Amino acid sequence: HLHVRVEQVKLLDRFSNKSVTGTLHLTATHLIFVESNSTSAQEIWILHHHIASVEKLSLTTSGCPLLIQCRNFRLVHFVIPRERDCHDIYSSLLRLLRPVSYDELYAFSYNPKQNDQQREEGWQLIDLAAEFERMGVPCDQWQLTDVNREYKVCETYPRDLYVPITASKPIIVGSSKFRSKGRFPVLTYFYQEKKAAVCRCSQPLSGFSARCLEDEHMLQAISKANHNSRYIYVMDTRPKLNALANRAAGKGYENEDNYPNIRFQFVGIENIHVMRGSLQKLLEVMGTRSLSMTDYLVGLENSGWLRHIKAIMDAAIFLAKAVTDEGASVLVHCSDGWDRTAQVCALGSLLLDPYYRTIKGFMVLIEKDWISFGHKFADRCDQLDPDPKEVSPIFTQFLECVWQLTEQFPQAFEFSEWFLIQIHEHVHSCQFGNFLGNSQRQREDLQLKERTYSLWAHLLSEKQNYLNPVYSPSFAESHPVLEPSTQAYHFKFWRNMYHQYDRSMHPRQSILKHVYKVFLHLSLHSSEMTHAFLCLCAFPQKLQTFGVSTSPLKPQTPPRERSHPPRPQSLILGAPLLSRKEVQQEEDEEVFGEEAREDAPASTGGERTVEGSSATENGYGELKGSFDSKNEPAVVTLEFGVARMTC
Amino acid sequence: MEFAELIKTPRVDGVDLHRPFMPTVEGTLCLTGHHLILSSRQDNTEELWLLHANIDSIEKRFVGSLGTIIVKCKDLRVIQLDIPGMEECLNIASSIEALSTLDSVSLMYPFFYRPLFEVIEDGWQLFVPEEAFKDLESMTDEWRLSEVNKDFSVCPSYPSLLTVPKDIDDESLCKAASFRHGGRFPVLSYYHKKNGMVMMRAAQPLTGTNGRRCKEDEKLINATLCAGKRGYIIDTRTIAVAQQAKARGGGFEQEANYPQWRRIHKAIERSNVLQDSLIKLVEACNDQSHSMDRWLSKLEASNWQSNVKEILTTACLAAQCIDREGASVLVHGTEGTDSTLQVTSLAQIILDPACRTIRGFEVLIEREWLQAGHPFQQRCAQSAYSNGKPRSEAPVFLLFLDCVWQILRQFPCSFQFNENLLIMFFEHAYASQFGTFLGNCVAERVKLQLSQKTVSLWSWVNRPQELERFLNPLYEPNNLVIWPSVAPQSLLLWEGVFLRWNRSTKCLDEACQEMVHIIEYNKELQNKVNSLRRQLAQLETEESPLQTP
Repeated sequence: HLHVRVEQVKLLDRFSNKSVTGTLHLTATHLIFVESNSTSAQEIWILHHHIASVEKLSLTTSGCPLLIQCRNFRLVHFVIPRERDCHDIYSSLLRLLRPVSYDELYAFSYNPKQNDQQREEGWQLIDLAAEFERMGVPCDQWQLTDVNREYKVCETYPRDLYVPITASKPIIVGSSKFRSKGRFPVLTYFYQEKKAAVCRCSQPLSGFSARCLEDEHMLQAISKANHNSRYIYVMDTRPKLNALANRAAGKGYENEDNYPNIRFQFVGIENIHVMRGSLQKLLEVMGTRSLSMTDYLVGLENSGWLRHIKAIMDAAIFLAKAVTDEGASVLVHCSDGWDRTAQVCALGSLLLDPYYRTIKGFMVLIEKDWISFGHKFADRCDQLDPDPKEVSPIFTQFLECVWQLTEQFPQAFEFSEWFLIQIHEHVHSCQFGNFLGNSQRQREDLQLKERTYSLWAHLLSEKQNYLNPVYSPSFAESHPVLEPSTQAYHFKFWRNMYHQYDRSMHPRQSILKHVYKVFLHLSLHSSEMTHAFLCLCAFPQKLQTFGVSTSPLKPQTPPRERSHPPRPQSLILGAPLLSRKEVQQEEDEEVFGEEAREDAPASTGGERTVEGSSATENGYGELKGSFDSKNEPAVVTLEFGVARMTC
Repeated sequence: MEFAELIKTPRVDGVDLHRPFMPTVEGTLCLTGHHLILSSRQDNTEELWLLHANIDSIEKRFVGSLGTIIVKCKDLRVIQLDIPGMEECLNIASSIEALSTLDSVSLMYPFFYRPLFEVIEDGWQLFVPEEAFKDLESMTDEWRLSEVNKDFSVCPSYPSLLTVPKDIDDESLCKAASFRHGGRFPVLSYYHKKNGMVMMRAAQPLTGTNGRRCKEDEKLINATLCAGKRGYIIDTRTIAVAQQAKARGGGFEQEANYPQWRRIHKAIERSNVLQDSLIKLVEACNDQSHSMDRWLSKLEASNWQSNVKEILTTACLAAQCIDREGASVLVHGTEGTDSTLQVTSLAQIILDPACRTIRGFEVLIEREWLQAGHPFQQRCAQSAYSNGKPRSEAPVFLLFLDCVWQILRQFPCSFQFNENLLIMFFEHAYASQFGTFLGNCVAERVKLQLSQKTVSLWSWVNRPQELERFLNPLYEPNNLVIWPSVAPQSLLLWEGVFLRWNRSTKCLDEACQEMVHIIEYNKELQNKVNSLRRQLAQLETEESPLQTP
């Protein structure tokens, strides 16, 4: 059994000159760093699947630096005293980072101590047939087709597909042959109020002039299924130039002359390669030490990241407007119809339907538009070390768009940003089966439901950690459809995602956490009131004298029932607390630990009121020169008087 | 009354008022000596009352006989008035122009304003130097209150009472004053209770090109150091700018003459640059047609966020020297009335929990800005829409408020007040019915007899009815030093000011209310629990033989 252990390893802070010393453990699944300082004893657990790259830097006087970059945007910088140890860790990690078969993924060994029945129940939580029923499908215009029961028509689609009743099997099959990867137009969301459908597919194989009558019939059928509008929108989510280029390869887009009653529209979302490059640029800028405001803003602009986020949002808003304002059905596609199409359909549905803004509903949405319709999670998230050109943060962008919406509509979502971050974490962790593989068919072949656990059950079991305290269900009634502003200044850099693990970046006190704490108090108070009241009832004759009415005093039930299973620590202050006990502890600390804390080095772990608030961590400026007579060669930090590490 | 001469058309009917995110209001426009009023004369519609002093600039347009006046305010709001009749429109426009640019301070609204509320606590007495000094005396006996400037002759921009080291006599102070720009010799700004370190502020020393020195000045600042201790001089200018200042008679402290002090140069921009920055920022925020790239590049080009970062960083550095290094600090730039005050006041907010209460913050503004001689009247004469030649306008105080907001964002539970208080101070610094921000220094205020003739802003704010709006429900007092992050990722655009009129805040406001509601409900329950507990305890002691179930 693999277990490497190296002592006296230094962990350098990414943005300041601080470091802590501890022991590094390498296990079969995790890389673990345990700080030696006994009072704080911070622990860092890094799942191997989370590691995107390991880099061994050139040797320095204090040891051999090892730079580890993670997919959850964590970046750790170790300095290992002996080069040989460093090399051991490095080469072991390289081996562990590249699983060659699915069986090696963590999900197949992860066991949360549940029995088979619990596991099965976990997988049954999300039922897409029930979801379509909720939308009102099947109905007089839309039906379930069994054409893909055996994955014969389209390998990357789910078995159950919904199509217009007038679309016969030959039409479906014919249409699928005219679409890239066989991904013919199918229903993904039904807007019952206007009977308008949101459909998705891949690009037509039209080339410069090819046509397909069945495909034309298919679009006609979709149009006819909606009596509220004479036309349907066809949204090609690609920039026009890309679509044109595809024509040369025998693919392309719909010719309005051949398809009656369509309104064709390019939306201009860039492809996976551009998005990958954009994120890389973004992370590069954000990882710069002592970043100036100018470099930050210029870097943010040059990365194009927020431009892409806005483009996706604009497309989703276009879709939602077409459906609600015009009552028109919309068909969305890009090239293969599993990246941009998934983003736009999912985000559009989220704007249209309040259900998707609840915790359960959001899971359903991801299950539907991302997992079942074959977003290639394995490729995009680099689960099995495939082609680096296939990796792209498409799903991350979707989560970010949702976050941008939560910023504009704080009361519209049942979940907090912590929920989004957790999902992102697990899309890459390979700890649960949901996101493994590239399609439903592949997941069935892997027998994921029998061999792994579902993330949704896990997340629901700790639902209270992800609740948005200011969520208002009545908001959904007054705003069934979200109409966000797309002014550029509404789009912000998502610090809590991309700097999740950089404690010095975060606000030192969190409103969200504060309100959470109040929430916990609410339930404590209610139970205490019940208790006190019951005790008081023992003295009925006295109650009157205190002006307490003898009619039962009903303490209002706390807003939510809470129990707190353990979960990994987070550096984000908005992240909810572990337990009531912890709240209590923290309060004790707040009262008694003030002085000690203020003087303690800022590296001490734990979430606190004025978290890690420290002059040394922020690097306000290096105070050059020293008052001591001896001259030190390197730049001297005021705080420690130690030479800065030069790596 | 001369106002009447300026108002050619006092009243126009049928005027349309357009404001972003609000329905158009049709009503009667009235001009008075100090206000532009638009009233729909219906009970349910609010009236617009706009102080002429709040108007930064106006634009006129005509389509046929329908005139349009676009009014751009110092609080960054832009409203549009459609006025039927060309002559009326021209008259109104010229009246507004004249009334909003009155030169004489004594014609300003505060001299005419009579409060509709009873002044319970006179705001002019909010900060009494003698009392503040008593507090200081209870902690240390190293300082004295000097009256050397009682007739404002030693330093016209200083108040009459100044806290200086005990061992330095008035004569030395006068000599030190002659060595500092504008006579602003080093005085005490803040005493750090925790370790006895101090922060002083001054203006640049007048070393000139030939390296003049002044023994009294050296003695004065050395007197603030304990034996064998060191200190830091934070010069808010870059070394290059400080060098250039020598040619104009200014300069900086030479190491040779101040061996116990280390000089650190930072790069806070001068006021004219800041004004330009504000104009560009507001322009960027008001242009609704931006693509993402254009917005980011315009935001960057305005340099506003860079200015915020630099000021905040310098303040943190000063605080770090005092609290972490255990060193005393002297802060100055050129005149010592702008960047110097930004740094000293922000450092106090970081170090001193008292400054994070409403009253403490008011005292801080009174002490470190008003008394310390920040020329409010010059700096706030025009705001972001000024199209004339800039004179000495600069958003120095607004930048300070922005920095406070940044700290507030990072420590939302450490301030007794909320963002509204900061926005309100911004508004009143530029246009107000109160006299507080009139004049450029104490001497001018005394001459204007502000405390007799006008009402203090503090008299109004500190009434319980008003205070409620400014209270932060999350406030939990703590005695810690709060170190903000100054990473660009941690600093945000202050939307409450710069996007205030460009976005609908309904959803955000409602969420905020919901949060307040949760917190208040919790407090209510807490009280109920406590009273039940008390009752129970009492009953148990009274009837101890009785068994509880």
